[in-house]
Amino acid sequence: MSLDVRPAALAAPFRPRGPLSEAVLARLTGQPGQPGDAGLAALADRALTETVDVVRDDDVQLALFALFASSYGSFDQFEADLEWDGELIGARRQLEADFEQALRAAVQVPALPTSTTDAVARALFALTAQEGGPSLSRYLAKRATREQVLELLVQRSVYTLREADPHSWAIPRLHGRAKAALVEIQADEYGGGRPDRVHAAIFAASMRGAGLDDSYGSYVDVVPALTLASHNMMSMFGLNRRLIGAIVGHLAAFEMTSSIPNRLYGDGFRRLGFGEDVTDYFDEHVEADAVHEQIAAHDLAGALAEDRPDLLPDIMFGAAACVTIDGWVAQQMLDAWHDGGTSLRVPV
Amino acid sequence: MSEQRPTITPYPDGPLLVRGDIDLRTADGEPIERRRRTVALCRCGLSTIKPFCDGTHKAAGFRTDD
Ligand code: FES
Repeated sequence: MSLDVRPAALAAPFRPRGPLSEAVLARLTGQPGQPGDAGLAALADRALTETVDVVRDDDVQLALFALFASSYGSFDQFEADLEWDGELIGARRQLEADFEQALRAAVQVPALPTSTTDAVARALFALTAQEGGPSLSRYLAKRATREQVLELLVQRSVYTLREADPHSWAIPRLHGRAKAALVEIQADEYGGGRPDRVHAAIFAASMRGAGLDDSYGSYVDVVPALTLASHNMMSMFGLNRRLIGAIVGHLAAFEMTSSIPNRLYGDGFRRLGFGEDVTDYFDEHVEADAVHEQIAAHDLAGALAEDRPDLLPDIMFGAAACVTIDGWVAQQMLDAWHDGGTSLRVPV
Repeated sequence: MSEQRPTITPYPDGPLLVRGDIDLRTADGEPIERRRRTVALCRCGLSTIKPFCDGTHKAAGFRTDD
């Protein structure tokens, strides 16, 4: 097949939020550069120099989101041939370096346990027991309005319509019992052989049931930078082999902070009169994640720390980062609602 | 290749994980639908979705001796 049958460059799937994301989107969609354009490296450099907080910077986080989306294959508009484009990868590495540094500076990692399965599992359960997350789920269960619970679905859609994918990047990088444990969890995430039970598909059905658009990326324009940052963190941990400990710790913490909050989310949707087509996702996760958290704590993270003690610091960092950043996301939503507003950039 | 024998594994301070082909039944002998390959059975007695674990043992401070 000759190259000239390729379709002309497609419009970007979402709108840029500054000069860097504009240039990244143009490049990913195959638009030819204009003479006199600053290179991506220079634009990334400028964005990183000028930002006051890389984690909450719309331009940087959207650029990173688009760059990772190219690897996931999330959008047909992004040309597959450009996944490994040298300039795009170079810009991604610049942004990742500062993002990772900011996360390591902001996240408090607890004292390291000894590198045994049991001690690491206990340390992870202790870490996640302190998280501030349930206050969002308690609010959802008891007080949230219809608009607010729909906002939760919109906010979650950035990750959940691709649920489990960021952690799957880790599979080939693990060995032995940790690999078997991750695959045991992921097989369940991906429906155990039933396409309709793929968790991302169950979430899509819940979005449709609530009258929302379930096509991937349809709400990227309305979510704040922090929501993108939470997803970018997982993508960065998953796509960089040197961060294998962090993605494993992230998954463990994610599973451990899921079953009880999901029961409360389900209660909130039921209280507001939504049917099983919407609550199915949350109910499924009460049972599923009570299984996954045990496997993730003991057989995945605990076993990995025992087999590879050098990864213990990053396992704990990844877990603490999950709790911290997702705590910020939850707090941002609660603060916005407390002030009678929306947690989205534009209400839907 | 012969089927692996089913296993039941206690997890410290938490549920029993059941892997392999077994039938779950209620006290009346009715079959309980199993919706995933590996299931966690509550052993703290506090789950709202018994016989499955729902994570409540954590908030309740359930402790085992293992
Ligand atoms: S053992 Fe988990 S809720 Fe009882």
